[in-house]
Parts: sequence; C-alpha cells; structure tokens
Amino acid sequence: MAYSYQLKRVDFIFRNENDWEKVLSATIKKKPEELINELISSELKGRGGAGFPTGLKWKLTAESKAPEKYVICNADEGEPGTFKDREILSKVPYKVLTAMAVCGYVTGAKQGFIYLRGEYKFLEAELYKAIDEFQYYCKEIDLDFKIKIFMGSGAYICGEETALMESMEGRRGEPRNKPPFPTQAGYMGVPTVINNVETLVHTWTIFKYGAKKFYDLGVQYSRGTKLFSVSGDTPKPGIYELELGMSLQDFVYEFGDGDTKAVQVGGASGFLVPRKKFKDTAIGYEGKLVGISLPTGGSMMLFNSSRSMFNVLDNYLEFFREECCGQCTPCRVGCQQLLLGIKAVKRGEKPASYLNKLLKLTETMQLTAKCGLGQSVANSFSSIVENFREEMIY
Amino acid sequence: MDNKLNITINGLPVKLEKGKTILEAAEKTGIKIPTLCYHKDLCVAGNCRVCVVEVVGQKRLSAACATPCEEGMEILTNSLKVRNSRKHIIELLLAEHNADCTKCYRNGNCELQELASEYKIMTQDFIELTPLKNYTIDMFSPSIIKDDSKCIRCQRCVRTCAELQGVNALTVAYKGDRMKITTFFEKALNDVVCTNCGQCVNHCPTGALVEKNYIEEVWEAISDPNKHVVVQTAPAVRVGLGEEMGMKPGERVTGKMVAALKRLGFDSVLDTDFTADLTIVEEGTELLTRLKKAIVEKNTEIKLPMITSCSPGWIKYIEHLYPDNLGNLSTCKSPQQMFGALVKTYYAKARNLAPENIVSVSIMPCTAKKFEAHRPEMHDSGYRDVDYVLTTRELAILIKQAGLDFDKLEPARFDRLMGDSTGAGVIFGATGGVMEAALRTAYELVTGREVPFENLNIMPVRGIEGVKKASIKIENPLKEWAFLDGVELKCAVAHGLVNAKIIMEAVKTGEADFHFIEIMACPGGCLGGGGQPIPTNPEIRKKRAEAIYAEDSGLPLRKSHENPEVQKLYKDFLIEPLGEISHHLLHTNYTKRERF
Ligand SMILES: Cc1cc2nc3c(=O)[nH]c(=O)nc-3n(C[C@H](O)[C@H](O)[C@H](O)COP(=O)(O)O)c2cc1C
Ligand code: SF4
Repeated sequence: MAYSYQLKRVDFIFRNENDWEKVLSATIKKKPEELINELISSELKGRGGAGFPTGLKWKLTAESKAPEKYVICNADEGEPGTFKDREILSKVPYKVLTAMAVCGYVTGAKQGFIYLRGEYKFLEAELYKAIDEFQYYCKEIDLDFKIKIFMGSGAYICGEETALMESMEGRRGEPRNKPPFPTQAGYMGVPTVINNVETLVHTWTIFKYGAKKFYDLGVQYSRGTKLFSVSGDTPKPGIYELELGMSLQDFVYEFGDGDTKAVQVGGASGFLVPRKKFKDTAIGYEGKLVGISLPTGGSMMLFNSSRSMFNVLDNYLEFFREECCGQCTPCRVGCQQLLLGIKAVKRGEKPASYLNKLLKLTETMQLTAKCGLGQSVANSFSSIVENFREEMIY
Repeated sequence: MDNKLNITINGLPVKLEKGKTILEAAEKTGIKIPTLCYHKDLCVAGNCRVCVVEVVGQKRLSAACATPCEEGMEILTNSLKVRNSRKHIIELLLAEHNADCTKCYRNGNCELQELASEYKIMTQDFIELTPLKNYTIDMFSPSIIKDDSKCIRCQRCVRTCAELQGVNALTVAYKGDRMKITTFFEKALNDVVCTNCGQCVNHCPTGALVEKNYIEEVWEAISDPNKHVVVQTAPAVRVGLGEEMGMKPGERVTGKMVAALKRLGFDSVLDTDFTADLTIVEEGTELLTRLKKAIVEKNTEIKLPMITSCSPGWIKYIEHLYPDNLGNLSTCKSPQQMFGALVKTYYAKARNLAPENIVSVSIMPCTAKKFEAHRPEMHDSGYRDVDYVLTTRELAILIKQAGLDFDKLEPARFDRLMGDSTGAGVIFGATGGVMEAALRTAYELVTGREVPFENLNIMPVRGIEGVKKASIKIENPLKEWAFLDGVELKCAVAHGLVNAKIIMEAVKTGEADFHFIEIMACPGGCLGGGGQPIPTNPEIRKKRAEAIYAEDSGLPLRKSHENPEVQKLYKDFLIEPLGEISHHLLHTNYTKRERF
C-alpha cells in the first residue's frame, strides 16, 4: 500500500500581488503598537538562522528612545545550499521594500539598508529600479523612509548580524560581543532591526492577511511557512514553500531519489539526520517535539548511498575553517583541529578514540565561541560523527 | 535611584555599581579570572575566550571581560564546565603557538606560558599547527622583531597601534585559519608607517613582538680591552628598572642602577639627563629665536608653533603623516643623539681617547631609539654616534646574567664628564616634562625671574590627560626680550600618538595658536615607553610618574641652565647655544616619508 504523506505546499511568498502600494498605505494607517501586537501574535520567528521572535525584535527597537534608528535587510545569503533570498529579491522585491518601510514606520527608523551578498551584484540594478519606484510612492504618501543597497564583499561571516554591521561601518567583518544586541546598539551604535529577506516577506503576509492566517499554518513553536532550498541527490532541486512542522520522512518521500541515506537540515551549520531518524524528526524550530531540527536558512541537502559521510563532513569543516572570521580561539583553532583530526583518524595516525576528544572539543566550541558560526560547528560535526562513526574510521 | 546591583560570584554576594563587567566585579571580589586579549589600556575585544565564566541559567558560557553584570546574576568562575572549556582553549592556543619556550625571548614573562603552567597543561593531544604553516620572522626593523609563529591573534598589538597610537601599521588580514596580524601589503615593519614606538611589544602577551636585542654586542664591547665603553641612561629607566628586578612599580633605583652598570664593566656610567638639560638650553634658545624672528622681524618663513623633537617615535610619525609640517619641528636632536655626538668629540677629547675606540651604549625606555641611532644622519661625530641602544628590559637581562643581587647593591653616583643633571632633565621622562623644563629655563632667561609656580612645579602640564594646554604671560621681561612683554606664551602637550594627531590636525588647519608644543609618542611619555618593563597599564604609569617627580623635587638643581657641566660644556667647547658647533653636532634635519 502506498504511504500517504502530508506535505503542505503553500504559496504565499512568491504569489504575485500587484498591490503593494495599497498594502503599504493601509498598514501604516494602523498604530505601531497594533502592528507589533499583530506580529507577536503571529509567532513569526526569524528565518535567517537564529529564529528570534520578530515581533519582539521590532518591539525592543520601537521602545528605544534613540533619535536615530536603522532597518537592515540581511540579504547576504551565504549558507551553503541556500538560495531562496535571491529568488525573493528577483521575483517579489516590492514585498521586501514594503516590509522594510513598515518596520521603519513601526520602529521610528528613517533609513533602511539591504546588505546584498557580493555574488548577487547582478541583482543590484533591478533592485535599484524597484527602490526608485518605491521611494517615489513613499514620497507621495509622505512616508519618510529611504532605502539603500550595501554590497557585501563575499565573506560568509558577514551574514552574521554584527559582523555585517562592522563591515557596513567600514571595518573588518568580525562579530561583536553581545550584549549589546543590535536592537540596543546596532549599525553606527544605534538601535537597529536586522531581518532576513524571507522574514520580512512573512511580515508582509501577516500585515496583509492578518496574523491568524499565518498562525494557523505550522505547529506549536513553529508557525507559518518557510522556504526550503532543496538540493543534493534529488530529482527535483529547487525552492519550495512548505508548512512548518512536517516530518522529515514526508519530506524525503517527496524529494528523495529513492536511495536517501541522510539529509543535512540547515546547511553547514545545521544537523545531519540519518535515515533511521527521519520519522522522528520534524522540521521546525526547537521546541517540545522529539528530535526536532532547526531549519536555519532552510537548506535541505539530500545524500544518497553513494555519498561518503566522511567527505561531507570534510567539506563542511573546510568551509568553516576558511570562512570563520578567525578572531576567536575556539572557532579559529577548533575548526583546524577538527579538520586535521578527522583526516588523521582516517589515515590511522590517530586512534579512533580521538574522535571522542574532538566531540568534546565541539562541546567547548559550542559553549565558548563568540558567534553563531563557531557555536554551530558542533551541529554537523557531532551529528555526522555520531551517526556515521564507522565511515570516519574506515 | 539605587545605581547598585547585586550578584553572586561563586556563591559570595557582591554589591557593585551598575555598568561593571563580570571581570571587574570578580577583580573587586578578589577573584582572578585569567585573560589574554584583555588589556587595561585597550578596548574590550573578547576574542581569546580564556576568561569564560558560567552564568547560572544560561546555555553558553560568557566572556567575563565583555559581559556586563546584571541584577541577580549568579556567576561561577571555576565550575567544572568553565575549567574544562578554559583548559581546552589553552590547549588550542598552545597547539597553534610555537611553544618552543626555552628558545623564546619572552621565556619567563609570557602570559600564555603562565596560563599553561597554572592549568598544568602537561600533554599536547591536539595537532601542532606551526609546522604546517609557512612562518617567516620579520627581522628587518632595527627595533622590533615580529614572529607570527608565536602570535595568539589576541589583537592587542592591533588595538594598541590603532587606539593608543593612531598609526595602524599593524592590522588583521585574511580570515579563518589564515587570519593573521600583518602590515600594509604584508611588507616588513620597517617598510611601513610603523614608528618603532614599541607599544605593540609592550602590549604583546607572548613573544610574537619583541625588541631587537643587542645584548651580545654590548657584552662583546665590554669584554674588549681596547674599547672604552660609555653608557648613558635615560630618565625613565631609573623609575622602571626596579619592576624588572622584582620591586613594586614606582621604586626609584637610580643609585643601584648606576652601581649595577659599573659592576657590569662599563668604563663610564653617564646620564642622558645631562643632554636633556642641554636640549633645554638649545631648544629654549631656538624657541626664543623663532619668536623673535616671527614677532620682531615679521619673518613669515618662521614656522610656529615649534614642536619638540625628543621622541623618535613621534619623529617618524610626523615624517610619514605630516611631512609638510617638518618645519615646525625643533631642529634639536634628541638627548640620546646629542649625547652620542658629544661622547665621540667633546668627551673623547677631554678624556684623551680615540673616538674610534669608544663604544657608546644607551639604555632607553624605548625601542624607537634603536631606529634613531640607526639613522644615516646620526654620524655627526664622524662615527656612528650611538652604537647600541638597549631597552630597560635588556639592561635587566644584563644585570641578571651578571648574577648581581640588585637588592644588595650600594647606590653609586654617575661618573663625571656628562654625568651631572638637574631635576629638569629628570622630568623629561614624563609627559609634560620637556615643556615644564623648557618653561623653567625660558621664562627665567627672558624675565630674570623664576617661573611663577610654587616650587617650580608647573602643574598644568603634568598628569595623564591626553592633550594638555597651558599658557604663561610674560611680564616685565629683560631689556633684550622687551618684544615679548605682555605676550601670552601658549603651550600644548600631547602623549600617545593618537593625541598627537588631534593636535597636528589643529596645527595643519592653522586653528592652533600655540607657540610651543611637546609631543611624546608613548602614553605617559617615556616612562610608558615601548622599552619599559612589561606589563604596563595606567596604574603602573602613574606610579612611575610619581617617582619621576619625586626624583625632581629631591635634586638640588632643578633648572637646566644651572647644570654646571652644561655651563662648562658651553665654556669649553660649544661656545654658545645654536652656535656653529651646536649646529653641527646637536641639530639635525628630517626626512619626508610616504604614508604607504
Ligand atoms: C555565521 C553566520 C552567518 C549568517 N548568515 C546569514 C545570512 O546570510 N542571512 C541571514 O539572513 N542571516 C544570517 N545569519 C543570521 C543573522 O545573524 C541574524 O540572526 C539574522 O539576520 C536575523 O534575522 P532574522 O531574525 O530575520 O532571522 C547568520 C548568522 C551567522 C552566525
Ligand atoms: S566563532 Fe568563529 S566566526 Fe564567530 S567570532 Fe569566533 S572565529 Fe569569528
């Protein structure tokens, strides 16, 4: 009997709606508090990685009395296997611009920036066209909000919100100490809302259709939909908007090639889930469900049985070794040790028990690294080493 | 409103003001949290992660240096989780570090070594990284050696170069495993804007940045029976050396230092303070001459304000960054170089020595002095005027190598010819000191009366403020200075090159109406120099400054022009300030340099 699975495809994000002017002018007729409450009740969480409640982020910034504030749209999209923000910006840029302006209205910011990944330079001209038209309308409705594009220069770490701000301020893209958080002291030291491209589009959906519509999708702790960038050993790679809370089993039925051995959920900084755990793994934010996995940027990479998990891990570690900023000890030296360590075990230069020492090291990295990059290396490392230990050794 | 908050550290309740970090709170409670990238002189980086502590209820550990205390925080500084993580981090640093400690210049005074010893890291399970990287040592600078294999990437040097000095010669390049501290286009330190001030050396926790030492060369000279080895000691050395010998900061060890130098075998132990006094006479006269030319002769070629030229780090800085203002610099050589030029001429003649047989050594609180002695123009005696420059730290090494029990040394006096000095010469070692000494002399020269400050202490130019301003009104001058009657002599003092920049920007735009400016490259002046004992911090510098001013007040003569040996020098040799011989031996010119 055929397995019947439930995977709900949704179409909010890319739905072509030509009414952004109407949405904008209607939204800013409401009081900021009203909009914040709407966002909070939708339970929207950030789609850029950390999953911070968006309503709370806006609220914290709105409450600050600072005379100057900023809104930043994080379009650095550097997580390997993630390519959704690019699609959003080329297909529905107006939703992003509108959401930014609403955020400005809610928080009191007059200036917004789009931090655009260096490799997305080709989007810049089109985006500026959209911005020009958008600004023209803002003027018409007397909304004082400007948007500029800031081109990134290609470092993955600059997607981390505080490194991004350092880079915008003309310095090396190195993450800052937190606190203070961007909502307290962000770009140029003033309160700043920074949101992922997709997060902003979800706020559009919420403002246009109401929080309930969004909240009704998904499951507890993981409301709404999410874009997934599906890649790897799959007959249908691409971008899909799916309701949160699905089981990985269902996902693999839909996207697998019939030989799926494991899925890397959330890119290099996410987790590897082996076949035996597909059933118990739901895709959403951390919460009470068993074995739930963090989607981070929404990358889903499928591996079939032809793949060596050692090579997969080797690849991720090489990425981290090169792409960490290098400022903090646990991450800079830790990544090098992990990479050299698994190679040494593979070559028989270190005993298999050395893997345990490395697992302990990732615990320290998780506890002590300065930013999310170093803290999350443990995710892929431990999930791969623990589930495919034999592939690391033989 | 109560601006206090309550926390507990390792179970002990602590009440403290708001806005303090966990590290500060712990320090106040008498609990030491180990640090590496943290330095009291610098902004917080929070990158080494050695200072992590557990805040009960939080998933991750927090960097104590960068985390502000919050009401009700329960902090554990030594829980198992903290210990294990901290140990891991030290192990990682050691795996990355060229830990060949016995062959390291900083062996015995290295913060990483200390930590490794404290945490008893006895094995190295991690893979050593240094053999895998292609490290080369930058040894081209006459002042500083940079060895990346010992670098722990704490960025203290980078922050020092940027925040204290505003030079930005050192910077971070590349990312990930290739991240390193380097210079513009990875050129050698002596090919970039580096001023050789050595503040990076002073702030480096390990042996990645050290002075180029000339210890063996000096031993060799001392051991050569055909050489007459003369040593001069700068004012700041006598208030720093004690720290290297195990004393508390702020001990004055002038007499013991002189005794030690004699025991080391130097043929003559002399005082740079002597040429500091000489500098004041020359520079004071130069200032008055410039004022006269500008005010009386209305000569528009004359550059004012005149700026001091004693600090070689400052000189290289202005040569790179404000080359159009070189005319504002006093043409006086620094006391070290005046001394060097006189040793192989005046002193040689008086002592009946062949200058080629004299080796002139100087003990300086400074690494830039090594570069200065190296400059091609510093050969006015016909020989290299100063052969070797040792830092305070190198002198301490000589003393230890010779096995001298410093504590037990009977204080001795400087030898004569060029060993006599006044309090004015001593205060050259502190920021504002040259200004104070110059004012003591110039005011008296012009008015015939002492400066109108109690006990000659010109308090407005003292202290740790980065930029100080003062003015003295000249009234009833002597006849030949009548043109200065009623003139308000305006002065400014800056220390630390980042403060020099503030003043220079004002000079450049013409906003600054000063007549005379003192600039010292290092924070606190020479007493905080790049060649002084490590560690350095604001409290230590304060103690050293107090010692300098105590030394000044204790001396019978406190005005440079009253130095009897200086008077004798003019009578027997130089004839007059700014005279022809002075011009030849004691004055210099400067080189325009590029920024890149
Ligand atoms: C190493 C690293 C890289 C990141 N890269 C991105 C990125 O490319 N795009 C993004 O939106 N967020 C990225 N983030 C997450 C941001 O720091 C931040 O949490 C996010 O932009 C906040 O927006 P959100 O609340 O809408 O998710 C990254 C985080 C880390 C630690
Ligand atoms: S964890 Fe890695 S990327 Fe983050 S600050 Fe530390 S070195 Fe940089």
